[in-house]
Amino acid sequence: MAPSKRRNVILRITAEQSGKRAKIDLNTKVKDVLQDKKNANDVFDILELLESEKEKDVVNAVNACSKLFSTLLEKKDLFLGKLPTGEEEEAFIGGLSAEEKYRLFMRQRYSSCVEMLLEHLDHELYSVKESALCCLMKFAEGEGRHPLEDLDWSEHYSFPRELLQGVVDRLLSRTTENSMLISRFQEFLEMEDVRYYVMSSIRENVGKVLAKNKGALIPVYQNNVFSLMSNISIPSQESGLTNFMIKQEAKHDDWKVAKLNEHKRAFEKMWLGFLKYKLPSNMYKKILVILHDSILPHMSKPTLMIDFLTAAYDVGGAISLLALNGLFVLIHQHNLDYPDFYKKLYNLLEPSVFHVKYRARFFHLANLFLSSSHLPLYLVAAFAKRLARLALTAPPTALLIVLPFICNLIRRHPSCRVLVHKPSTQDESVEDPYLMEEEDPAQCRALESSLWEIKTLQSHYHPDVAKAAGSINTPLSGLEDDISELLEKTTYELMERDLKQTRKTVPLEFETATQLLKGGGDVLGQHFCLG
Amino acid sequence: MNKTRWVRHGWRCSGESVMSEVSAQSVLAHLFQMGKVPKKKRSVADKVRKAKTSFEIKNNPFEVKINRKKFDVLGRKSKHDVGLPGVSRSKANNKRKETLLKEYKQKGRSSKFIDKRFGEYDTQMAPEDKILKRFALERQRVHDKKDLYNLNEDEELTHYGQSLAEMEKFNDAVDSDDESEEKGLLSAELTASHFGGGGLLRKKTGGQQDGEETHRAKSRQELIDELIQKSKQEKRERQVRKEESQELTEKLDQEWKSIQALLVKKTPKCDRAEEEKPKLEQYDMMVRELVFDMKAQPSEKLKTPEELAREEREKLQKLESDRLRRMMGEEVEESSQSQSHISADDLHDGFILDKDDEKTLSYQDGKWNIEEEADKDKTEEDDEEEGHSGEVEDGDAGEEEEEEEEDDNADEEGRRRRRRGSRRPAMMKKMVTLTWSPSKKATTEERKETSAQPSLSKEEIKAQQEAAKAELPYTFTAPESYSDLKDLLQGHTPDNQRLIVARTQKSNHASLAVGNKLKLQKMFGFLLEYIGELATRSPPELVAVDKLIPELYSMCQMFPEAACKAMQSIFEDAGHTMEEVLEVKGHVPFPALDMLVYLKVTGLLFPTSDFRHPVTTPALLYISQALTKCPVRSLQDVTSGLVLCCLGVEYVTFSKRFLPELINFLAGTLHLAVKDKTSLGYTVVPPFRPTGKCSDLLVLSDSESCASWTKKSLPLSATRHLELRSERDRDHHRLTCVSTCLDLVKRCCLLYKDLPSFTCIFRPIRTLLSEHLSAQTLPELLQELRGEILESIGGAAVTRCRLVLEKKKPIPLKLLTPKIVEVLDYGKKRGCNREEREKERLKHKYKKEFKGALREIRKDTRFLAREKLTEVMDRDSERKRKVRELFGSLATQEGEWKALKRMKSK
Repeated sequence: MAPSKRRNVILRITAEQSGKRAKIDLNTKVKDVLQDKKNANDVFDILELLESEKEKDVVNAVNACSKLFSTLLEKKDLFLGKLPTGEEEEAFIGGLSAEEKYRLFMRQRYSSCVEMLLEHLDHELYSVKESALCCLMKFAEGEGRHPLEDLDWSEHYSFPRELLQGVVDRLLSRTTENSMLISRFQEFLEMEDVRYYVMSSIRENVGKVLAKNKGALIPVYQNNVFSLMSNISIPSQESGLTNFMIKQEAKHDDWKVAKLNEHKRAFEKMWLGFLKYKLPSNMYKKILVILHDSILPHMSKPTLMIDFLTAAYDVGGAISLLALNGLFVLIHQHNLDYPDFYKKLYNLLEPSVFHVKYRARFFHLANLFLSSSHLPLYLVAAFAKRLARLALTAPPTALLIVLPFICNLIRRHPSCRVLVHKPSTQDESVEDPYLMEEEDPAQCRALESSLWEIKTLQSHYHPDVAKAAGSINTPLSGLEDDISELLEKTTYELMERDLKQTRKTVPLEFETATQLLKGGGDVLGQHFCLG
Repeated sequence: MNKTRWVRHGWRCSGESVMSEVSAQSVLAHLFQMGKVPKKKRSVADKVRKAKTSFEIKNNPFEVKINRKKFDVLGRKSKHDVGLPGVSRSKANNKRKETLLKEYKQKGRSSKFIDKRFGEYDTQMAPEDKILKRFALERQRVHDKKDLYNLNEDEELTHYGQSLAEMEKFNDAVDSDDESEEKGLLSAELTASHFGGGGLLRKKTGGQQDGEETHRAKSRQELIDELIQKSKQEKRERQVRKEESQELTEKLDQEWKSIQALLVKKTPKCDRAEEEKPKLEQYDMMVRELVFDMKAQPSEKLKTPEELAREEREKLQKLESDRLRRMMGEEVEESSQSQSHISADDLHDGFILDKDDEKTLSYQDGKWNIEEEADKDKTEEDDEEEGHSGEVEDGDAGEEEEEEEEDDNADEEGRRRRRRGSRRPAMMKKMVTLTWSPSKKATTEERKETSAQPSLSKEEIKAQQEAAKAELPYTFTAPESYSDLKDLLQGHTPDNQRLIVARTQKSNHASLAVGNKLKLQKMFGFLLEYIGELATRSPPELVAVDKLIPELYSMCQMFPEAACKAMQSIFEDAGHTMEEVLEVKGHVPFPALDMLVYLKVTGLLFPTSDFRHPVTTPALLYISQALTKCPVRSLQDVTSGLVLCCLGVEYVTFSKRFLPELINFLAGTLHLAVKDKTSLGYTVVPPFRPTGKCSDLLVLSDSESCASWTKKSLPLSATRHLELRSERDRDHHRLTCVSTCLDLVKRCCLLYKDLPSFTCIFRPIRTLLSEHLSAQTLPELLQELRGEILESIGGAAVTRCRLVLEKKKPIPLKLLTPKIVEVLDYGKKRGCNREEREKERLKHKYKKEFKGALREIRKDTRFLAREKLTEVMDRDSERKRKVRELFGSLATQEGEWKALKRMKSK
């Protein structure tokens, strides 16, 4: 045991030492390069390490690069202006001094380094990706401070757009899920200028990629785009725009980055550009979930979303339910007039409403929509009756929402009381006149009907449901039930209620159990056997 | 009497008068006479008034003074509207005379005359009554306080002032003689001394010598002397006679005593007396025995089978009514426990001495029911001790059975134990080779041995198992942990496992040791866990589970709380994991077989019909959750779902509660069997989807397989894995599923046919069956089922009564009890709050009283002044009278003297 342990320790130590040594080597090399222009060729060693197989080496090399080139950028030891291409190069070099040649050389190494780093953004290891990203953003900062282009005119503000574009392009990969890296990138998005340019880069990228694909779905890519875009949030006030990566000395009035409206416009353009194309349905849901509180408020003209929302509302199912929320914001705050809104809402009521994940949200909204006291009576009655009918297939958690919901409807509209109380002179028994298949709530004859379904639910197996249904037997009290706390209740919580309570006596079955399959009417025993 | 006289005397003496007694009396008489004089007028009126009846007075307008009322107040009763001034004045006057006047008269006197004689001045009382009453009072006085509680001391009875008790005590002749002698002696001397005849007597004794003289002078004195002498002589003679007789009696007594000692043993009379004594004692003893003997207690009547059956039925009926009450959700009382009576000494461990299943002695057609019971006993015995019945030889068993039959069936339990004890040595002999020990350790060691030799051939293992079976010990220590239990039960046949559990339970019965209750409670939890493990094994050992059910049931009956806790924890875990998976994935796989077994066991142990039950309500929720959240992706899933449906139906069979998930799942399952899914007339509820890759699971691949299908029950293990090699097998399984589903639908139809929305609930199933499944070829059996279901759905009433709110009782008007304010006196009342008013009232009252008192005092002084005046006037008039008398007498004296002088001078 002991010797092997020691060996392990030694090995680890050597590994660490070698790592350290490599780091020290790199650091000395960086120093050498910076100290003396003679050592310029050591850059190649560093760049070579960037392509190493070992994770540690790569990360070290990335760090070394970042140190080296940011110092160089600061020293302005990099060639300014456009790099000459292939043929011109020789001629160009010929006309340069040694100093300038050195700068050009370094500039060329810099651009190759940037390229390699960009490639590393697609690396399979997260640590590599992360360090590459950080390094690139550091370069971007350096470049912003000390632009590599010649600034011909003073009004122009420099921002390393190409670099950023490259980063964004790599982030929005079509093949790999980059959500981790994107969330790391979020810290840079806090800065106003970065965010602004990232937004425009996204727009460009999305336009390019999706237009090329002609509307076909690229789920991974769209996912990446969505996760990047959903990370973008804009401060609500113009005074909040303070955090810049590159401080501009001269404040310019027409500097777009400093204007909230411009941000909003860019944001809006970015989203609209993305939503223009066909989306996978889960993406639809994701967008609709965040739409109302992280997209609509940041748009300069939220009404532009109408097309998207109406289209989503018409899709049906869960997507329609989710679109309700955005529509509600538009109707409520932006004066949107939506014809047949209630009719559509009525038709949204399907058995699946009680089973989907967004049940709580839907009922919260439905409660809001139906809270108006100016709704026509037939509509409220239709809603109540339809919900009651659907409740016949609902699980207990949903029933605990729906039953108080219906009771609340009747409370708000006392004329609806005929649904639960219609005394007639003779004991006539009637067929249910309600038409379930009728799409128009005005035609469904709900007011002529009664809520027998709730009467049925009084014999529901769960005691709480049975009690809730029993409340229609007596005149409803004046106060509405608060359903907001019932919305998120889970089956487990319902179970817990019975499991946690302690009772003094536990009733027992008095029929003696003899066999596994016997008892309880022998239903199981009739169809199944042991073995 | 004496006392009073003395007192009176004293009073007289202490009188202030200087006058002589006689004159004082006369003065007094005068005084009284004179005193009445000024009152004369009024007293006459009083006398007249006294003579009149109160009615007369009240109606006499001259007597009545009417107090005028200023205004009438309704309901006020005034006492003082009519006054009788004359009457009240005379009353007041009399009262003063009795009190004030007396006080006045007594003023300045230190002694007081109190006449304590009873009824001395009462003229109304008859003299006899007076005497009786006085006697009673005297007796009362005699009874001191110290005798108050002395019950024994009777009052002393007397005769002529002498205690009768005393007389009885000294009725000896000697004493009386002494007395008489003394008396006589005394009387003689006394007469001599008292009557002063000493000289006479002496003279007489001196003069006895000369009789002549005495004869001669036979005066009265001599006669008396003679008489005395005679009587003296007589007395002396009498005394002598009595002395003699006494001597004789004393002598006789002594003689008798000397003889008596000789006679004590010999005389037959004595013997008889001695014999009689014990006889008496015997008799007494007998009497006492009879008195204290326990009265024959009315014993339990021997019950006929009919009575027994009726009792059983009544018990069941009671339990059933309890169940119904719980189903309706009414609060459960303590009394609804299955144990009807709980003794004060009960440890709540479920141990009941007189078990319910114990047979009572009963008659049938005039014969005892013993044989039948003995038979039963035997079978029970066999059932329970299957394990060792193999190893006990036939002859032995036969003997024992005979023994059993001979035994009277008083205490089954006890007898069994006894017998087991007697059997034990015999078995010990038989199992010489086996290392039998009661402790669990030994058995586990053995098991280790067996498990340590896996290389043994199968036969050997089998033989070893046989041996192990044969050596099943009779006592087990209760397992401390789950692994202990597993060790205990592993490697045994299901029957033996049951036996082991039963024996462990018995040998660790809660009544035997202190910690046993806890141990057994823990063991229940372990058993549950074990069952779950048995169900998860592959292949599942459900037979063993099946065998353990009765044990589980009995333990559950013993420890309901512990069983409840154990079950609850299982459901809590299961529910929790399900919820977590749901949150992450959005759906969950169907519960494994162990959960299904737990659900079934729950149904067996606890009542499923309760409105709310700590175990079955969560269990139902679990079923419903599984039926809604578990997507159906394979035939195994369908089977699992159907098992859950079966359980659901079982759970609600009795209470007929509505389980929507059940109907949804059954409809969805039928939907899986629909071939053509283009135009559905119904909506499918999740977890099912109208179309999709798994929505054709139950569609037959070959309609030919219908012909070869026969209904047979599926094994429960089909929920886990199915061995369906051919397509035909697959189809058969599908058809079985569909038939199960249809049967469940049929049951549901029957269950829910009374619900108001029956048609709405079953509409999807109806359309499924009538439109979609009809087109398909189904086996005849299923066609029939389908027809029945459609019939029962169609036959249900479509119409129903309108909903009307429950009529509630009209709320009675609030009854305000009037506030009663006590009006203490009328008139103006100032002050706003209670205290002030009270103060005001008191002030007012004080004023009134003060005025009244002042008035009274004035009246008193006036009365006294009047009295004094009359006294003075009396005194004056007396003086005048005396002076006049004196003058008169002087004048007469003077006149007489002058007349005498005149006469002399004449």
